[in-house]
Amino acid sequence: MTAPFVILAILAIAGATAAMTLRKLVHCALALAVCFVGLAGLYLNLNAQFVGLVQILVYVGAVVILIVFAILLTRHDELPAQTSRTRIAGLGVSALVFALLAWAVTAGGAKFGAAGTQPEAAIKDIGSALMQRYVLPLEVVGLLLTAALIGAVVIAMEEKKSK
Amino acid sequence: MLGEGIVKGLAETARNFFGSYVEKDRLTTVQFPEERLPQAEAARVFPFLVYDTDDMEAGLRCVACKICEVECPPQCISIEKSTGKKPDFVGKPQFYPAKFEIDVSVCMSCQICVEVCPFEAIKMDTAFELSTDDRFGGLHWAKEQLSKPNEHYQKIHPTEAAEVDAERAEKKAKTAAAEAAKAAAEAAKAAAAKTETTETEGSAKQ
Amino acid sequence: MTQGLDQIFVTLQHWAVSHSPAAVQPAVSILLPVVGILIAFPALFAITTVLERKGLARIQNRYGPNRVGPFGLLQPMADAVKSLTKEDLVPRSADKLVHFLAPLLLVAAVFVEYAVVPVGRNMVLADMDCGVLFFFAAGAATEMSVFMAGWSSRNKYSLLGAMRAVAQMISYEAPLILSSIAVVMAAGSLSTVTIVEKQAGYSGFWPHWYVLTPWGLAGFVLFMIAATAESNRSPFDLPEGESEIIAGYLTEYSGFKFALFFLGEYLGMFAISALGITLFLGGWAAPFSFLTWVPSWIWFFGKLLVLIAVFIWVRGTLPRLRMDQLMNFAWKFMLPMTLMVIFSAGLWRFLPSGVLRWLICAAPIALLYVVLGRVLQTDRKIEKRVYRYAE
Repeated sequence: MTAPFVILAILAIAGATAAMTLRKLVHCALALAVCFVGLAGLYLNLNAQFVGLVQILVYVGAVVILIVFAILLTRHDELPAQTSRTRIAGLGVSALVFALLAWAVTAGGAKFGAAGTQPEAAIKDIGSALMQRYVLPLEVVGLLLTAALIGAVVIAMEEKKSK
Repeated sequence: MLGEGIVKGLAETARNFFGSYVEKDRLTTVQFPEERLPQAEAARVFPFLVYDTDDMEAGLRCVACKICEVECPPQCISIEKSTGKKPDFVGKPQFYPAKFEIDVSVCMSCQICVEVCPFEAIKMDTAFELSTDDRFGGLHWAKEQLSKPNEHYQKIHPTEAAEVDAERAEKKAKTAAAEAAKAAAEAAKAAAAKTETTETEGSAKQ
Repeated sequence: MTQGLDQIFVTLQHWAVSHSPAAVQPAVSILLPVVGILIAFPALFAITTVLERKGLARIQNRYGPNRVGPFGLLQPMADAVKSLTKEDLVPRSADKLVHFLAPLLLVAAVFVEYAVVPVGRNMVLADMDCGVLFFFAAGAATEMSVFMAGWSSRNKYSLLGAMRAVAQMISYEAPLILSSIAVVMAAGSLSTVTIVEKQAGYSGFWPHWYVLTPWGLAGFVLFMIAATAESNRSPFDLPEGESEIIAGYLTEYSGFKFALFFLGEYLGMFAISALGITLFLGGWAAPFSFLTWVPSWIWFFGKLLVLIAVFIWVRGTLPRLRMDQLMNFAWKFMLPMTLMVIFSAGLWRFLPSGVLRWLICAAPIALLYVVLGRVLQTDRKIEKRVYRYAE
């Protein structure tokens, strides 16, 4: 429970809570970006440099921007302030999920303590693992991304043709 | 070839950049307070009163005829005629303006006052750097500020001033000649009257 | 002697650290380079603003600012006083917190980018294992701040400008990162210090800079074009062009916040040029082996000034690109070219050195360039004008 961990954890939780409770959608998106930055800080705290920096690059730099564009293009700015009718059931389900996750984390035998100074997953190791042991998932993910890209282009093109 | 236009454009701007240090006639900027563009001879800004000799009061050409005051479209001239008269350039006694004021902030530089003046007394000046921080009196000029010598007129509008001077010299010569002729006629008449009296005296004596 | 001059800032730092109490030594050791960055790059920004105006003016056959100080070089002082004394207008319906935070986030993100740039031998703030990745991650926050600025102003012009700016920035991030990946492949490391050290050797008197290889040259040109687009600089300044959209996402900013955006944009331009120098132009290495006596940081800043001059030159030359032209250029031209650059860099690694390697690696890039040039020029056919007259 070192000081950096506490600060980053508070940042992440505060960002996530703000993302749920704020009125304006764009504020929620920005709070989500803060939460992602907190998570990236936690990864960096664990000496996982690659994951932490890619978290910022991909999540803050692309996913949040995607969310923001979606908000802008659909123009739903203010959420109507209403309390949910299913809040008891919602609380129950979220408590259940939390209990499940806590059991999974603690029963898995994870060690809590300060991380070692040597990065456990240096970038060279990640690279060679991706190219040797995990090359098939890499290629499949690449194929998936290409399909997504082509799908996006096709959808955009359809609109132009139908005009 | 893709990108050819960009390379040619870059070469052109590089030529401009280096050329502006080397060739003198590339930079056409006139650095204002230090350098000025010459004004055209017919440039006109605001009026001024012309006086002939070194004496601003005695040589002032204006005879307070008030034609310019009446003709001025925004009515920015105000003239007060004097009570006494003074001789003008041909010697004839004329009125003169006791007060001659122009509100330069109202003046629209139309030059009508210059066009209608029969005495070549008011002309257009060319000075334009006239800003002042006195909001109330700074742009309301009195006779003393408006009067400038004929040399100034000759400097700013040389050809016009030469014409005006030639006309005035001609007029002066004509009046002088007329005066001389009149004086000669007077002298002749006096001489003729004198010979008549001597003749009558002579005939009476016989 | 030149060794001393080369390492003078490092020596100063060690002296200051050794003369400070043990408790604050780590803090002093970090803070001194930070203060150095905070002084050097904004000073460069101030000089760049006046040099840019004078450079653009000379290109346009006129004088630039020449009233304040000798040859107008104290103009930044006048600009600073002006921006500090202007009224700070915030629109009534603007989102105050976001409106306030946007310029701060931009400047903070851009300053953070300087941490991994090696300014001289042994002169880098943070020698990280993944410096290049850190740089791009910090650049991601820049896009967030542009969007925040545009949205919080509650102004349709600002919103449009912000959307266009963000779309432009994320489109050009792909060629930017891909062209730097070719360098990472060749150097074998993401650390900026390692990349510069790999380029600091000489064969004869010729340097080992990556820009002197075919894939490096193409990669450098693509990187610089993408860098111009990332910093929203002409000819890619549609989001903030004055005649296009008032001032785009900067419309509702006045006074010091506007100056902060300006600062952030220019510092971003310097940072990405610095990264380009590190990746392609050999960082602080001298161009010829007989010039290594000149201190390394002088070479770095000299190369940075040359790149800034090129930026100014391009700004004075090219007209602004339209949004669709910009997007087409990024996705249809630059992305395939960068993929071919990566392929060519791979070929370079495995071929024996010599003229043949140069030709074989240059061929695919040149071929793709010509092919794309032919295929993408769809508006070549200009038909004869048809006139319709009123009856």
